[in-house]
Amino acid sequence: MALIITEEQKLLRDSATEFLAMNAPIEQFRELRDDNYRAFDEGLWTKLVEMGWTALTIPEEFDGLEFGYTGLGQVLEEMGKNLTKAPLFSSIVLGATTLTESSNQELKAAWLTHLMDGTKRFAFALDEQTYFDPTSIATTAKKANNQYTLSGKKTMIIDGASADAFVVVAKTEDNEINLFLVEAKTAGISISTDVLLDAGTYASVTFDQVKVSEANRISTAGQGSNLLNQILNTACICLSAEMLGMVSEVFDQTIAYLKEREQFGKRIGTYQALQHRAAIMFSEIELCKSVVIKGLQAIDEKSEDLDQLASLAKAKLGKTIKLVTNEAMQMHGGIGVTDDVNIGFYFKRARVLQRLFGDYSYHLDRFARLNKY
Amino acid sequence: METMTKSDLKEFRSETKRWLEENCPTSMRTPPKEFADLYWGGRNSTFSSEDQKNWFTKMLEKKWIVPYWDTQYGGGGLSPEENNILTQEMIRIGCRKPLFSFGISMLGPALHQFANKEQKMRFLPDITSGKTWWCQGYSEPNAGSDLAGLQTKAEDKGDHYLVSGSKVWTSYADKADWIFCLVRTDFEATKHNGISFLLIDMKSAGVSTRPIKLISGKSPFCETFFDGVKVPKENLIGTLNDGWTIAKYLLTHERQMIGGVGETDVRKAVHEIALENMPSKDGILSDSILRSEIAEIEMNDAVFEMTIQRITDEAKTGVNAGALSSFFKYYGTEQNVARMELISSITGTNGLLWESDNKDAVSVVRTFCRSKGNTIEGGTSEVQLGIISKRILNLPS
Repeated sequence: MALIITEEQKLLRDSATEFLAMNAPIEQFRELRDDNYRAFDEGLWTKLVEMGWTALTIPEEFDGLEFGYTGLGQVLEEMGKNLTKAPLFSSIVLGATTLTESSNQELKAAWLTHLMDGTKRFAFALDEQTYFDPTSIATTAKKANNQYTLSGKKTMIIDGASADAFVVVAKTEDNEINLFLVEAKTAGISISTDVLLDAGTYASVTFDQVKVSEANRISTAGQGSNLLNQILNTACICLSAEMLGMVSEVFDQTIAYLKEREQFGKRIGTYQALQHRAAIMFSEIELCKSVVIKGLQAIDEKSEDLDQLASLAKAKLGKTIKLVTNEAMQMHGGIGVTDDVNIGFYFKRARVLQRLFGDYSYHLDRFARLNKY
Repeated sequence: METMTKSDLKEFRSETKRWLEENCPTSMRTPPKEFADLYWGGRNSTFSSEDQKNWFTKMLEKKWIVPYWDTQYGGGGLSPEENNILTQEMIRIGCRKPLFSFGISMLGPALHQFANKEQKMRFLPDITSGKTWWCQGYSEPNAGSDLAGLQTKAEDKGDHYLVSGSKVWTSYADKADWIFCLVRTDFEATKHNGISFLLIDMKSAGVSTRPIKLISGKSPFCETFFDGVKVPKENLIGTLNDGWTIAKYLLTHERQMIGGVGETDVRKAVHEIALENMPSKDGILSDSILRSEIAEIEMNDAVFEMTIQRITDEAKTGVNAGALSSFFKYYGTEQNVARMELISSITGTNGLLWESDNKDAVSVVRTFCRSKGNTIEGGTSEVQLGIISKRILNLPS
């Protein structure tokens, strides 16, 4: 398959660019942060739903658009450019994907419509410790009389404070990974929140003897690990698309600054010390574009290389976004480290995305293991 | 040319497959290992085996030495689709190229673009028949990265030019029949505007060569000296004093060649070499630092290949990818140098063997040394980064 987007995907991208410039420019990010770290604007969420963005990856069978992840990736990239805050990643990329990738038809029928129309939102409860390790899960799900009892503590839950239900990754008594759908109002759930470096609010949720019906077990026996792996691959590639948007935007702003800022009587972009570093960033970004489109297409094609491509994308983008945000700050000089300009927002958000779902060294190690060395 | 239908192409493929199967000798279906395995044509070249001679002769008769050039120049007249099919089928069974030639890859495209009718008829058929071995005379001792600063002069003497000066890094100049050269024809003009593109017979009186030994040992590179060489005026290609246009056109080709664009990858993966040479436990390399260096190189190799594909795909839709040849050259060669350095480390003290019966190890250390030139030849990495920052990013100068 050609590594370019189709006409339809390009149209979607253009409409996203236009929509976000109008409705959710970077200034909105600052306003929300200054409004006591507000998670997102509910009015914007309604509009995103009207744009159809929540339906892009939902199968036609459930009244979705079945437009694919390559399309959704274009939207996420544009959102990355604007640092748009909305629960699209948490509720659709993580939440809806969990259901669409599962074989649980009842839960799909019960929830997908509501996720699409935005009236209900999911949050994904996986992490338990400081370093990302999806294989070490201490949360337990014990079965008795057709229901499970969940116990454990989850952290770093994106948009967890406002979710209607959690997808919880837990271990059943057979030591298998399983995924459960747990409504937020269920007894035994307590939620606390932390604000992270990126001004985002992340939830920690304690599940204390929480009862979940058999019907709410999303994964079928023995399939939990595969389902989780599929969701994580999708998450890594979609986050990479968002990071690509951020990288491109920060780079463009920096190049513009090099062309305008004068020191020693010359525009600073005339200095070779900066020119070559800009050209190196350009080269790395060219590589990023390729691995993101390849990864997005691989999700849509259900490629056998998905594991490898997800790690390639997350590692490459993680490394490059670190380079580009650091260089952007340095090249902006003093103004770059002030809160008056937006460079710092990208720098801070980058550090969070670098670490979510595995950092550079995690994915480099996974890539090596997948290649058997 | 008539448009081929899908079924015509299908037939062309099966016919090509049959023909190659029948005519390509088995020994010509293995990767070339040493210089003798390559046939370069020209008066100083000999066939190293009967099979090599037969394979060249068969391909010559079939007009498939340069299958995509026009038949009037001895080409095969194949359409791009047919040529792709032929290339694919040759790669599939591992056929060697019947002729290695800078005439095909570099001079030919320039002649097609800039030479007059008579010059094309004079020079192109000798490329397709392998009669002329061409070499390139660009760099000079005092004009390396600053190529346009070249000083080899060609004075107008009425019916001929009188050429004096020297060229360096002229690959195979000691074996080649002819050289295509950049010479200065106007010393008054600004440096890019006084250069012309001249073809010179290496047999001419006053031409001499001296081989250059590299840190890797013997090399194809030479120095070439011109001491009052008479060159007929009809050997000037394109417009007088506008040779820089041709040079730029050719450099784009060269950068892509050195950057490895369009080559089939037959390299052994770095991690495979590592598993053969380094301790591992449960299939995981024990040296975690080298292991992550290997993973990083392999990650960038994989993503660079995707990038070549993406930019090729974009170019097909009409996006101009011309300036990106500097990016390919920069990234591809930096990557290659880093890869060779790593392979050298992985092979431990074997990676230090300079003269030994262990030919594979010697080849690693020689290739490692040779790779150091990759980020210099064809425009240094710094020159490429300069081109990216000026032509693509439009940074001010």
